[in-house]
Amino acid sequence: MSQQSVFKIKAGKIKSLTENPTHYCAGCEHGTLTKLIAATLDELDLREKTIMIDSVGCSVLAYNYLNCDHIVAAHGRAPAVAAGVKRLRPELNVFTIQGDGDALSIGLLETIYAAKRGTPITIFVVNNGIYGMTGGQMAPTTLPGQITTTTPYGRDPASTGTEFDASGLISQIDGAAYVRRASLVVNEIPGPRGKVYTIKNLLDAKKAVKNAFKVQALGGFALVEFLSTCSVNWKMPILEAKRYVNEQVIKRFPLGVYRDTYGVEKA
Amino acid sequence: MPGQRIYIKGNEALAYGALESGLNAYFAYPITPSSEIPETLARELGNKKYPQYKCFIQSASELEAINMVIGGASIGNLVMTATSGPGFSLKQEGLSYSACMELPFLIADICRAGPGLGNLGPEQSDYFQATKGGGHGNYRIFVLAPNSVQEMASFPKLGFDLAFKYRNPVLILGDAYTGQLKEDVEFPTLQKPNYDVSSWAVGDSTGRKPHILNSLELDYQKHYENMGRIFEKYKRAEENEVLYEEYLTEDAETVIVAFGIVSRIAKAVVNSLRKKGIPIGLFRPITLWPFPTVPLGKLASEGKRFLDIELNAGQMIEDVRLAVGTGTKVDFLGRWGGILPTEREIERKIQRVEVVAA
Repeated sequence: MSQQSVFKIKAGKIKSLTENPTHYCAGCEHGTLTKLIAATLDELDLREKTIMIDSVGCSVLAYNYLNCDHIVAAHGRAPAVAAGVKRLRPELNVFTIQGDGDALSIGLLETIYAAKRGTPITIFVVNNGIYGMTGGQMAPTTLPGQITTTTPYGRDPASTGTEFDASGLISQIDGAAYVRRASLVVNEIPGPRGKVYTIKNLLDAKKAVKNAFKVQALGGFALVEFLSTCSVNWKMPILEAKRYVNEQVIKRFPLGVYRDTYGVEKA
Repeated sequence: MPGQRIYIKGNEALAYGALESGLNAYFAYPITPSSEIPETLARELGNKKYPQYKCFIQSASELEAINMVIGGASIGNLVMTATSGPGFSLKQEGLSYSACMELPFLIADICRAGPGLGNLGPEQSDYFQATKGGGHGNYRIFVLAPNSVQEMASFPKLGFDLAFKYRNPVLILGDAYTGQLKEDVEFPTLQKPNYDVSSWAVGDSTGRKPHILNSLELDYQKHYENMGRIFEKYKRAEENEVLYEEYLTEDAETVIVAFGIVSRIAKAVVNSLRKKGIPIGLFRPITLWPFPTVPLGKLASEGKRFLDIELNAGQMIEDVRLAVGTGTKVDFLGRWGGILPTEREIERKIQRVEVVAA
């Protein structure tokens, strides 16, 4: 596939991406998201006006890859730091990339109140069902029965509760203007000579990124949750991990637009 | 307001002092006995006298407040938060990150009795946490200790100047008494702040390389060097920014060492004992970090005795002992739980010291 045609970027490199190689593991979709965001910043001509708040987890080194100003926040606190910037410089485009642990566990209060106050910032949550950077512990999004290093016998809802539905929760909050769950995982479909991969999910994810920035420009809070794999910590081959998301995870975390106050999806 | 004398609480004076200094934003979480600070600053939002004051947010937690401060400081604005003991403990995370990211801002701890919930009375028991770097890692923040409502009014300007000069958080360590006390104050006419933040603040990055404010450095050697540079900065501060007050120490045989509200009581004791012919003086550290080690050591080298008085079980006394050396006697009088020592108690203690010494 030609990335140029997918991202509607004219010939030449994406200005919002640095030339540093990423540290992400093979098969990880963090790099995909970074590239989708960078391409969108180029398209909307927002690079120089953008402040990214880096969170703690696999997203923490994003300052090496996204060619804009960065503040690296403490674990869970990125939305609060983002609010501090945005309230004083409303003309800037302020966003975070956070893991599920960062946004939904240690930083849940910060996420909820950023939404509740309608803070015009954009939050991207990578939901891969696990704490990746610390080596594969249970995350708020870990599915019941899923094995992690801290649920070695499978997540037991009797003591740990069930998986956390971020898009469902945040979309209930009246201050949120845009909530969407997308997937960064490619789909296998039957082709004329065996299986082929479709990037429909990535195109939808790209659209979600763009809409989330548009909502911020309109003065609203936006959160996009991205389903993603962590084959290393799931201890699965890459393709099997992708299949697991497309066949299992997606049943518990349905994709779709959960809230769209400004109607940007229709525009 | 400059030029007028007004009669207000210490906490209100701190709030107006910050506004007069050019405060852009305040991020609040209420806690007794500091709540008049956010209450005053909520009221003043929109006052045309302070056009630069653009933002007041009551956060959902102490953590959210300090991290909003981090956001505001990162764009080079004059931002502030305030709290008291239990909240100050929660703020330590943010202070550790900010010290490493070298962010300038103001924070106030209107210290109450601890540990835990303690009570709402005055203590100075956050001294260790304030001066030794209360969060994780190697770092320092400036600590200013006002002893009057007037100083609560004037220290925000001093604090912002230090914060931006050194790119470091500055703490104003008051207590329930300096916060709640009402006194006459006067606000000086101040210049508009003009701190140069262009080399580091995040914002519109047109025409320059991205600015990255970060405490993470995975390369050990680089982190060693980065922190070494910050430690050099602390050394410069220790050499240049020490503030203290000496009162009748020159011919004194006994010197009381006290900061904050206790120094006011101690000064009254010095005046009353001087009338009785007892050669006594007062040494008041104004910056608790950097601590006035050198001037205190100089007094010790002149053969003086010391009485350290604090609203805790003995915290600053460790710095006093380091300053005066092991050969010098340092007596201690501590009160805690919200109780202040009376002048009479201090006088009795001094007279005992005098008798023992004779």
